[in-house]
Amino acid sequence: MNTDAAVEPAIDASGLTVRYGDVLALDDVTLRVPAGGVCGLIGMNGSGKSTLFKTLVGLVRPQTGEVRILGGGIREARRRGDLAYVPQSEDVDWAFPLSVREVVMMGRYGRLGFTRRARRGDRAAVYEALDRVELTELADRQIGRLSGGQRKRAFVARGLAQGARVLLLDEPFAGVDKPSEATIVRLLTERAESGCTVLVSTHDLQALPGLATESVLLRRRVLLHAATTEVLRPENLARAFGLGEESVA
Amino acid sequence: MNILDLLLEPLGYEFMLRALATTVLAAVVCAVLSCWLVLVGWSLMGDAVAHAVLPGVVLAYVVGAPFAVGALVFGFLAVGLIGVVRDTSRVKEDAAIGIVFTTLFALGLVLISVTPSQTDLNHIVFGNVLGVSAIDLLQIVVLGAIALTVLILKRRDLTLYAFDPTHAHAIGLSPRLLGALLLGVLALTAVVALQVVGVILVVAMLVIPGATAYLLTDRIGRMLVIAPVIAAGCSVVGIYASYYLDTASGGMVVLAQAAAFAVAYAVQLVSRRGRVRGRGRLGPWRPGPGLGVLPQPAHPERTAPPARG
Repeated sequence: MNTDAAVEPAIDASGLTVRYGDVLALDDVTLRVPAGGVCGLIGMNGSGKSTLFKTLVGLVRPQTGEVRILGGGIREARRRGDLAYVPQSEDVDWAFPLSVREVVMMGRYGRLGFTRRARRGDRAAVYEALDRVELTELADRQIGRLSGGQRKRAFVARGLAQGARVLLLDEPFAGVDKPSEATIVRLLTERAESGCTVLVSTHDLQALPGLATESVLLRRRVLLHAATTEVLRPENLARAFGLGEESVA
Repeated sequence: MNILDLLLEPLGYEFMLRALATTVLAAVVCAVLSCWLVLVGWSLMGDAVAHAVLPGVVLAYVVGAPFAVGALVFGFLAVGLIGVVRDTSRVKEDAAIGIVFTTLFALGLVLISVTPSQTDLNHIVFGNVLGVSAIDLLQIVVLGAIALTVLILKRRDLTLYAFDPTHAHAIGLSPRLLGALLLGVLALTAVVALQVVGVILVVAMLVIPGATAYLLTDRIGRMLVIAPVIAAGCSVVGIYASYYLDTASGGMVVLAQAAAFAVAYAVQLVSRRGRVRGRGRLGPWRPGPGLGVLPQPAHPERTAPPARG
């Protein structure tokens, strides 16, 4: 492993400010996650979670601030295939005519040639990823015919097949059954133990302590970044979810 | 007169042979492209671009350049203008599309009216498949082959772009470039189809086959086979029908495609009882990944380059 990565945080966002027209989406957000860390991202709808993810993958350019991934720029990380993004369910067209296997194979596209024709190694990687999320038997189903938990596991499999070292997951536990949740938590923990870095936004506060060592409370700006147990204290959550930020502060 | 005679009689005329070849080729190219247009939500954009290329085609005719060059320039110009109008005013995208493409189409009509040798150009508006010359056919073959080759070689990237542009971006691809590629092929294809059904009916060929195939399968790979097969069959049926009924050929081809869609719709209604199919059972419908080429600020990944370039 790169020695720099041990020194430098794997995800290093500093002073991010993003405005959409007059709307302030992110306000001076600084977030550092060390390599091998799992960080939870907590905030209500409109708190800037999705904007933060989009900024981290370089889809949204911040007005101020800078993002560094694994010690380099976003562009290099993208080219190396180090960034995997699992979208929230609302952002996916579940009626799209693709099978589970085809979706997972898309994780390999960055490594493939001009026509993205899969080679034997790619098919093997897809098979292994499907196996690890326990979707092998459903590989040829259309993606919309999966349950909520299976859908999420399919997208996690895409990130695994990609071999990304930084995994960004937007609400991976929303609408997910308990067994699927346990599978996803186990897989993410395994990835982190093997050196990957995970940033996961979630409403599911019960799942968080078992997964994320540290968490961030986001409400356009970072209200708190601490150990997950500390972040989950009721008085802290009240700040993120708007139950009188001023009265607590 | 037996069936064989019915089938062979029109083929005795060279113009009918050319009409059949042209229509089948244009329909196949349009049908392959239509699969992605339907999935991305660009049906309306297909209509807009097909109309907007008209002044480009006329100007190309005037200066003696290939039609495709003029069409490409005005296709991208249209999309750029739509983006400008939408992003810098309170006008919403559908209105922006409506304003820009009708304006460019009107400009094309005016240019035709002041250009000598009006006959050729009026055919572009309404289509004149029976009057296709050998040179026209050559141009259609070349452009169609280019468009089809690009679509087939980049089919996986285009599907990725249609399905998940954010992921495409995250793994180092450029959704903007892919959007521009789709747009460029759309402009080329519009030129191909103009000669057959004319500007006004091009959108039918750019939407109906893909939508029909989408009703019949839930695999993009199969859509890309079903759509052109249906479109080719409808072309033959439409041309023959127009020959024997003495009706407009472009219109007959589109009516044949519409009939195919109606059949597929009925099939899908019946088969849905037995199988889970369609959006109704797949969770709430959402308004596609983008109604147009140009995303709202919340989806900057879906931007085609000319808009911001």
